[in-house]
Amino acid sequence: MKNRVVITGLGVVAPNAAGIESFNEAIQQGVSGIRFYQELEDLHFSCCIGGIPPVTDEMAQKYLTPLQLKNFNSSGILYGCMAGMDAWTDARLPVAASETPDWDSGTVFGTGISGVEKFRESIYKIDDKKVRKLGSTAVLQTMASGVSAYLSGILGLGNLVTSNSSACCTGTESILMGFERVQSGKAKRMLVGGCSDHGPYIWGGFDAMKVITYKHNGEPEKASRPMSASASGFVPGSGAGAMVLETLASAVERGADIYAEILGGASNAGGQRGTGTMTAPNAEAVQRCIKAAMADAGIQSADIDLINGHLTATVKDGMEIQNWALALDRKGKDFPFIHSLKSMIGHCLGAAGAIETVAAVLCLKHGSIFPSINCEDIHPDICEIIAAEKIPQQLIKWDNLEVIAKASFGFGDVNSCIILKKYTA
Amino acid sequence: MTNEALIASLKTIVKPYVRNEEGFKNMTEHTDFLTDLQINSANLVDVILDIENEFDIEIDNESMEKMLSVKAAMEIITTKLSEK
Repeated sequence: MKNRVVITGLGVVAPNAAGIESFNEAIQQGVSGIRFYQELEDLHFSCCIGGIPPVTDEMAQKYLTPLQLKNFNSSGILYGCMAGMDAWTDARLPVAASETPDWDSGTVFGTGISGVEKFRESIYKIDDKKVRKLGSTAVLQTMASGVSAYLSGILGLGNLVTSNSSACCTGTESILMGFERVQSGKAKRMLVGGCSDHGPYIWGGFDAMKVITYKHNGEPEKASRPMSASASGFVPGSGAGAMVLETLASAVERGADIYAEILGGASNAGGQRGTGTMTAPNAEAVQRCIKAAMADAGIQSADIDLINGHLTATVKDGMEIQNWALALDRKGKDFPFIHSLKSMIGHCLGAAGAIETVAAVLCLKHGSIFPSINCEDIHPDICEIIAAEKIPQQLIKWDNLEVIAKASFGFGDVNSCIILKKYTA
Repeated sequence: MTNEALIASLKTIVKPYVRNEEGFKNMTEHTDFLTDLQINSANLVDVILDIENEFDIEIDNESMEKMLSVKAAMEIITTKLSEK
């Protein structure tokens, strides 16, 4: 017997807001979190803008102890801890007592790379023949599983504790992995999510690849333009998104508030065959992933009201829409609504799928579809596939919003798709 | 440097790592870092790095291994200071 899996807690640290309430307001109002950073210009980046969450030292001190913050230099782990702890608190779950962990709760919390600033600091010391000066936390802050290790220690998690990594798919994949563990009964609750560091040492490689935009340094809030004819590459972001997944039985038993239900999902890869390469998706794999997610969720394509796309603002956006249209066999005015949170917060890499799924859950909870900003000039290729009115330019209130499909696609030709539904007993 | 002054500066150094406040309040020459102050053993290297910075000395690997108590730390610091 498969357990029904519901979402009972949310946490988010995004470039346009930190905290669920302010994030919900920001996305409904279409607030951009993209800013110009002098540091990037000084380092001769082509793209001198990015998305960094509004997190102060005072805020960090509410989540981590002075000892944890001593010699701490891993923004991704900080964001992950903040979002994860917020989700746990939001679900009204207790922190395990000092002697015994919570055997029924675990975490899959992903990242693309962890503690890149700490790594840089360490490398300078090592090359300066001062390896002994690294201290005790260089490993903990740079190991890929750093964020899940911090979170499990803070909350006392005693079930599976791990970090997944699949490039820009990471956040969405983590949710699916946790979902499967709860659905199968191996855990009652899983804290899932993804996080990403900010700054030049993580964004530099993308700048060098010329996949991020260099045309909007003077107008950062207009820079991230998914689905627009004037899209010219993505804007790098950072942050973390987190949610508590729980068996319906456990949620009901403890009287938890339920945000939404996860009906199912799928992950696959294109094997870098056909149209797929290290950096481009195999179109057939994308379509199969979406279809497999619908089959796993037990829904028909006609049931999908809204798509929360991957849609990064590169030349691949049109191809993504084409893949959705083919997978769902829906086009023109029959196509579901579709939007991209990246229009406001940029591409938060390992955190992207997690932050965007948090946004999707808020859409179901509040019966609203946030606007996809910066695409007043929809790309003509996209208009040939779907009706322009299916891309909301303004907030749409829709109480009967029931089913959302969320997908992420990543380097390595990997895909993940989740089907979310408004909760009804 | 007097023993009292040395203990006082050691107190400031170990404070962030202490997990037993009672032991910290009563810290004397005979206090053990791990059992009395419940400092996480991984953090001992951080305590030693902070001592090095404070006194501008370098503590070799052999001395590091012995630095498990206030008394041992005081002896090693005094020796290293006298070698300067």
